[in-house]
Amino acid sequence: MTATRALGWLSLAALAIGIGWGLGLAPREETQGNVQRIMYVHVPSAIVAEYIACPLIFFASVGYLWKRRAEADRLAHASAEAGVVFMALTIITGSIWGKPTWGTWWTWDARITSVSILLLMFIGYLLLRAATDEPERAANYAAVLGIVLALNVPLVHFSVYWWRTLHQPPSMLKPGPMTLSPEIVRPLLINILAYAILFAYFVAKRVRILKTEAEAMA
Amino acid sequence: MTFARRAWAVAWKDVLVERRSKETVNALLFFALLLLFVFQFALGPDRERLGQVLPGLLWLGFILSGLLALGRTFLVERENDCWEALVSTPGDKSAIYVGKLLGNLLLIFSVEALVLLLFVVFFDVDITHALPALTLVIALGTLGLSAVGTLFAAMTAGVRARELLFPVLLLPVQVPVLLGAVKATEAALAGEPLSAVAQWIKLLVSADVVYVVIGILTFDFVLEG
Repeated sequence: MTATRALGWLSLAALAIGIGWGLGLAPREETQGNVQRIMYVHVPSAIVAEYIACPLIFFASVGYLWKRRAEADRLAHASAEAGVVFMALTIITGSIWGKPTWGTWWTWDARITSVSILLLMFIGYLLLRAATDEPERAANYAAVLGIVLALNVPLVHFSVYWWRTLHQPPSMLKPGPMTLSPEIVRPLLINILAYAILFAYFVAKRVRILKTEAEAMA
Repeated sequence: MTFARRAWAVAWKDVLVERRSKETVNALLFFALLLLFVFQFALGPDRERLGQVLPGLLWLGFILSGLLALGRTFLVERENDCWEALVSTPGDKSAIYVGKLLGNLLLIFSVEALVLLLFVVFFDVDITHALPALTLVIALGTLGLSAVGTLFAAMTAGVRARELLFPVLLLPVQVPVLLGAVKATEAALAGEPLSAVAQWIKLLVSADVVYVVIGILTFDFVLEG
C-alpha cells in the first residue's frame, strides 16, 4: 500500500512539473499558438496507451494462460481499464486540438482512426469480462481475447495508415511532421514520464481493488 | 485418429447436419437476398453511384451474413445438447476449432457465391474477367473473418447477451481484414492485377496466419472456461 501511495505522490509531482513546464515555461509555438500545448497531454497519453498498456495486456494475458496466476489476470484487467482511459483521453484531446487547427472536430486521419479502433476493441474486452459470470471463465476468455486484440494492434495500425495515405494524397489535414525544438521536447519527455507513472499508479490501485473484490467474493 | 481426420470429422458432421436440416443455410441465403434489397433502397437505384461503392457493399453483405453464420457455430451444439459430447471427445481440442472453422468456411463460401451472383444480376456488373483474382481475395478475407469469428463464437456462447457481444467484439477486430479485402476487391473489379495491391494481399495473408495460429493455440483455454 505504501508503495502504491508513493507512486501516487510521485505521479502528482511529475504531473505538476510537466503541466507547469508545458503550459508555462515552454515557449509558444509559432504557427499554432497556445493550441499546440495540448500536445503535452495528447502525445503522452497516446504513447502510454499504445506502447505500455497494449504490450502489458499481451504479456499479462500470455502469462495468465501459461502460469495460471490470478495476479496476471488482474494485471491484464487493470491495464485494459487504464488503457481505455488513456485511449479516450488521446481521442478527446486530439479532437479538441483538431477543431482550431484542422477546422473540424473529427477527420478520418490515420492515427485518430487507429486509436479509435483500439478503443473500441478494448471496450469490447471490458464488456466481455463484465458479461461473463464465473471469474475463472472470465479470466480465460479475457486472456484469449487480450492476445487476439494485442496482436491485432499492428495490423490495425498498418491497414489504417495505408488506407489513409496510399490512395489519397496527403492533404493539409495531415498532422505535419513538426520539427520539434528542444524547448518543446524536454517538457514533452517530462510529461511522458509523468503519464507513465500515473498509468502505473492507476494499474497498481486497480489491481489492489480487484484483489480485494475477489477475496470478498470468495 | 490424426489431427486432420478429427478436424475433418467435425467439419463433415456440420455439413451433414446442415444438408439434412438446412436450418442455417436457407435462412442465410434469404437474409443475403434481403440485404441486397435493403442496399438498393437505402442508396437509390442510381447504377453509377452504386458501382463506385460496390466493393464496400459486397463486403458489407459478406460480413453481415458471416456474422449471423458464425454466431451460430456453437449455439447449434448447445441447442441440440451436443456440446458436452463434442467437448469430451478425446485428443487435441484444437481439432474441434479447425473442424468448426472448415464447416463455417464451407457455409460462408456458399452464401458468398450466391451474394456475388445476385450482385452480378442486380447491379449489372461484369465480373468474369476478375473472377480468379476476386476468388482469391474473397477466400483470404473470409478466412480472416471466420478464424476470429469461430474463436469468438466459442467464447460468447457461454456469456450473457451473447448475440450482442459477438458482433461488438468481432467487428473492430475485423477492420484490417475489411480494409484489405475492400481495397483488393476494388482493384480486382477494376481489372487491375493483384500485384498492384500486393501490400493489401500481404496484410490479408498475415492477418489470416496470425488469427488461425492464435485460434489453434488458445482454443483449449476457451473450452476449459
